[in-house]
Amino acid sequence: MIKMKLLIIAGPPSGGKTAVIRQVIKNLPEGSLPAFLKIDVVHATEDQELAEEFDIPVKKIYSGDVCPDHMGILVLDDALRWAESLSRNILIIESAGLCLRCTPYTTYSLGIAVVSAISGTNSPLKMAPLLALADVAVVTKTDLVSQAEKEVFRESIRKVVSNIDIVETNAIQGTGLRYLMRRIADHPDIGSDPIVLRGAPPLGVCTVCIGKKEVGWKNHFGVIRPLDMPEPLYRGD
Amino acid sequence: MTEQFTLTIQSGKNRLGEQEGFESIEIRPGDTLSIVGPTGSGKTALINDIETLAQGDTVTGRRILINGEEPPESFVREPTFKPIAMITQNTRCLADLSVEEFLLMHIRARKPGREDLLEETMTLANTFTGEAISLKSRMSGLSGGQTRSLMIADALVIGDTPILLLDEIENAGIFKNRVIQSLQRGNKAVILVTHDPYLALMADRRIVMKYGGVASVIESNGEEQYLIEDLALIEDRLHQIREKLRQGAAFSSVSSKVLITPVKQSLQLNRV
Repeated sequence: MIKMKLLIIAGPPSGGKTAVIRQVIKNLPEGSLPAFLKIDVVHATEDQELAEEFDIPVKKIYSGDVCPDHMGILVLDDALRWAESLSRNILIIESAGLCLRCTPYTTYSLGIAVVSAISGTNSPLKMAPLLALADVAVVTKTDLVSQAEKEVFRESIRKVVSNIDIVETNAIQGTGLRYLMRRIADHPDIGSDPIVLRGAPPLGVCTVCIGKKEVGWKNHFGVIRPLDMPEPLYRGD
Repeated sequence: MTEQFTLTIQSGKNRLGEQEGFESIEIRPGDTLSIVGPTGSGKTALINDIETLAQGDTVTGRRILINGEEPPESFVREPTFKPIAMITQNTRCLADLSVEEFLLMHIRARKPGREDLLEETMTLANTFTGEAISLKSRMSGLSGGQTRSLMIADALVIGDTPILLLDEIENAGIFKNRVIQSLQRGNKAVILVTHDPYLALMADRRIVMKYGGVASVIESNGEEQYLIEDLALIEDRLHQIREKLRQGAAFSSVSSKVLITPVKQSLQLNRV
C-alpha cells in the first residue's frame, strides 16, 4: 500500500482551479511532498508554472479528441505510481472536465469542485454531478460580487447538495482557504482497496462510458492510453 | 438580531511591512466609523478583513474578534449566523434571476421561513431610488442606483445584522440622506468607506488609511461640528442644482448665483 493523499480538483474553465491549487501547495502541512498532474484538452501551461514556482514534479497530458475526464480515469493508477516512484506523498490532479456531467472523483480522493461566484446563479444546477459527488465546493472570485449575491450563490449550491462543505475565497489572495487546508490536512491516505469512480459517467459506447468504474487503462477497452504513451491506442475488436 | 456584539480589530501590517497605527479598535452597537484614504490605500481590504472575520490569514495579518474572542466558525461560514452584512461597491448584479427569486433565495439563506420580508425589502428599496424596482425585474438588468438601493434594503431587512459595512455608497444614484437615516435607526454598528466629506465627518471615529494599512484613528470631539453643518448646506445646494440639471434645466448668469456659498459659511470653511 502506498502512502499518498489524492486530491482531485475539477471545475469549468477559468473558474480559478489553478489559483486554488497554488494556494493549496503554498499552505500544505509540513512534510508534504506534492506532485501535480494536469489533464487538459489542447493547451495548458499551468504545469510548467507550478514546477517553476514551487520546484515540484509535474506532468501534463493532453486528451485531444478524447474527453479529459475519460483520460484522467485511464491514467490515474499510472500517475499514482509515478508520484510514488518520486517519493511524493500528495498527488494533486487538475482536470479540465468539459461537459461537467462527469465526475472525476474516486474513492479515497478528496474531491474538490472549483466554481466561480460570477458564473451565474444557476450554474451549480447545470453541473450537478460534478458538484454533487465532490467533498468540498470552493467558490472563487467572491470579491467580485456583493455579499447578498454570494449568499444566494451558496443557496444555489445547497439546492444541489445540501450538506457539501462550501469554502468561499478570493483565491488570488487566499482569503478563507484555511477551511480547505484543514480539510486536506485531515484527509486520510489512500487505502488498499482498488480505486473506483464515485459516479457513473454519462451513457456512451466505451467501457468508461458504459459505467465501468475501475481506474487504469488495463481495465478498459476502446480508446485507451497509458501515462507515458504519446498517442492513445485502440484496444478491442 | 437582538444579541449585542463588540467587534475588535487587532492591528496587522501595511504594505511596507510596518505595524499599523493602532493596537486595537473596539466597535459597539450604535457606533459609526468612516474609513478614508486615497485609492489603493487599503480601505476595501480593511472592510473585507472585517467581513470575512480574518484570523491572520489575509495579506494584512489582521485579526477580527467578536466579544473579545475568535468568532465561532458558524459566524464566518453560515449566513444565518453571520453578524455582518456588507454592501460592496458593485453596482452590477450578475445573478441571472428576477428580483423576487433573488430576494426569496437570500431570505432562505439568511432568515428561512420569513418570506414576509420580501415586501418590506421592496418598499424600503423603493424609498432609496427614484426609479421604481419591480419584483419581476431581472437582477442583471437593474441600473446602478437600483442595484445599490436594493442591496442596502436587503442588508437592512433580510440581513438585519448588528454590524453593517458599506463600501462607497455615495457613488450610485441613491437618496443618500434617506439611506443614512435608515442606517442610523436600530442601534447598529455602521462602518463606511467613503470619499464624501460629509459622510466621513459625521462618523464618531475616522480611520485614515495609507500604504495598505491604518495610519491613524481620529476621534470626533465636536470641533468639526460646524464644518458638518456647512457641508450639509452645501450638500443641499448641490442636490438642488443636480436635480435641476437632471430635469434638463439651463442656468442663466443670474440664477447661477445659486452656486455661490453664502459669505458666512465660506468664512467658516476658510477657518479650517
